[in-house]
Amino acid sequence: MSSAAPDARRAGCRPVTAEVSGWGRFPAARTDLYRPERMRSLETAVGCADTVLARGLGRSYGDACYNSAGATVLMERLDRFLAFDSETGTLDCEAGVSFAQILETFVPRGFFPPVTPGTKFVTLGGALACDVHGKNHHVDGSFSRHVLDFDLLAADGSVLRCSRTANPDLFRATAGGMGLTGIVTRVRLTLRRMETSYISVDYERAANLGDALERLAARDAEYRYSVAWIDCLAQGQSLGRSVLMRGNPAGADETRDANVREPLRGMSTPRLRVPFDAPASLLNRHSVRAFNGLYYRRYPADARGRIVHFEPFFYPLDGIGDWNRLYGRRGFVQYQFVVPADAAAAALEDALSLVSNAGAPSFLAVLKRFGNAEEAGLLSFPRPGYTLALDLPWRGRDTETLLRALDDVVVDAGGRVYFAKDARMRRELVGGMYPDLDEWRGIRDRIDPAGRFSSDLGRRLGLAE
Amino acid sequence: MRAAVGGSWVVVLGATSPIARAVAGELAARGHSLLLAGRDTGELERIAADLSIRHGGDVATVAYDARDAGAARKLLAAVEARAAGGLEGVVAAVGMLGDAERAATDPVYAAEMIQANFTGVVAAVTGLANLLAARRAGFIIGVASVAGDRGRQSNYAYGAAKGGFALWLQGLRNRMWHVGVRVLTVKPGFVDTEMTYGLPGMFLVAHPKRVGVAIARALDQGRDVIYVPGFWRPIMWVIRAIPERLFRRLRL
Repeated sequence: MSSAAPDARRAGCRPVTAEVSGWGRFPAARTDLYRPERMRSLETAVGCADTVLARGLGRSYGDACYNSAGATVLMERLDRFLAFDSETGTLDCEAGVSFAQILETFVPRGFFPPVTPGTKFVTLGGALACDVHGKNHHVDGSFSRHVLDFDLLAADGSVLRCSRTANPDLFRATAGGMGLTGIVTRVRLTLRRMETSYISVDYERAANLGDALERLAARDAEYRYSVAWIDCLAQGQSLGRSVLMRGNPAGADETRDANVREPLRGMSTPRLRVPFDAPASLLNRHSVRAFNGLYYRRYPADARGRIVHFEPFFYPLDGIGDWNRLYGRRGFVQYQFVVPADAAAAALEDALSLVSNAGAPSFLAVLKRFGNAEEAGLLSFPRPGYTLALDLPWRGRDTETLLRALDDVVVDAGGRVYFAKDARMRRELVGGMYPDLDEWRGIRDRIDPAGRFSSDLGRRLGLAE
Repeated sequence: MRAAVGGSWVVVLGATSPIARAVAGELAARGHSLLLAGRDTGELERIAADLSIRHGGDVATVAYDARDAGAARKLLAAVEARAAGGLEGVVAAVGMLGDAERAATDPVYAAEMIQANFTGVVAAVTGLANLLAARRAGFIIGVASVAGDRGRQSNYAYGAAKGGFALWLQGLRNRMWHVGVRVLTVKPGFVDTEMTYGLPGMFLVAHPKRVGVAIARALDQGRDVIYVPGFWRPIMWVIRAIPERLFRRLRL
């Protein structure tokens, strides 16, 4: 008898009922949480409730990561590495493995995730369900492109191996499928080999939106990683002023020239934490305007080949634990959309004007150019064009009014909103944004006819009914 | 403990528990090879693969159920085949919290609880201790529980088994001291695992990783008995000090 081996009747099927939310802390709802530690108890937990949703580390922003109508299964303890081939970089692991765990183990060995979201506290299962993208989408596509295969625990209890050749329809429905096709239990992906854990970064400032788009379009192909940070509160001639941060993996010679002592330096351990909820008044248009102004000037106006460790480059906010508490008790929403390139200039200008005129205190707005998305999932967010992500403190109706106006801009431009960030969109808009929704629904109805896998987001947006 | 030489084996009994996994990770990081013994062989394979990828080194598995009569003998044979001559340590982390209400009324189940948590483990560790004694070196880590510090009406079959195991470890420690084998008794409080998840009345729960790190540190420091987290020592001192006439009324 092994330690902690539960009686199947009891442990594994014993929920903790609690109020949960996504990273934005808005909205929140009560759900029965299960937290299996072995594959057998995962299967037990799935059988304990009528409807189920797997949850990784809860870093999606809105209501995508819980199921208040039934059970929410925490996947964080199913985090075992199962196989690694150091020749090919192929890593096979359980879906509860996080990017942080991969970085901890594999950066010192010269491997890096092929695509990483802006926080390392994301599980692979969550990354696949949201088909996340990173700063390299214009070159490497989204996360699912680098997934060789995965196992899906389906509604009938079977575990199906899915790849581009085996169950290809389930592969395309699960990548970006927001956890509504089943529970991903295992993911096999290819890590990227790298000489150093540093990035050689070029910084440049763009005076306004037009300048930023021009610079992104002109030279993005020269960089593996590219992103622009936009000051959403700048107005008039400066509307859309940004800092472009673009770079390539630094070679061993570059880190040597920069006197980097440990070219494959891994993660740093100590982290600051936000110890309590900030008062609602902390983030107002004045404080954020001041912050944005400082941030804009913090980076060099024009600098080439700065050698930057991967951690601040990819995960600037991970150094501050629980930073979502800065937005206070009411929480915040992140709004991210993509619009096709030909409509981008006008749509982004409209969107930025709306945000700027509303005086909504948004910092950390991020602009990025997406590349080809042909291999992505049916509901994957990325498509060719430009994407903008902005954080807004949730202020109830005022915020919703602004977001509806933004929805209109996005729809008119033929764009779409990112489910992983969404907390409030109306369901009428989904079909127009995601033309493959009907095909996805067909696959989903076949694999889960009774609708056992469900989330608050899925019900709100009517993805699967 | 200093970095061990390659090939020095540690046998981990009850290796699928989160505490065992955490201790095993610490030992693997110190250079030990591991033989993971447990009931759920599928889980053992997963944990073995994980430890091997994270820390390098040899990690092997063997099926072991403390409730089986012949389990200790079979385990010993497997250890001698795998790790003969190179056995450096034993981690006994077997534990079955089970169903306390059933153990209070079902004679067969009550005996099973004692077998899983005490007599079965004692049989296995006795055989392994002989190997270490013959080498005149090594260590034994026994995971008991704060539940073994006092018989409580809510959970006394488990508590008695763990308390008995702690007493047995104490005797073993004194005997093994003469032959240079160290014995560390670990008394965890509530640990945040599947075994306790969703149970009412849990408080001050510790993350299993934290428990694993504390155990490895105690081994490095040559401690005899540790409570993890350490605040359980004064708590249990108070609980032991409560007069029986009062204690029975508390329904603990």
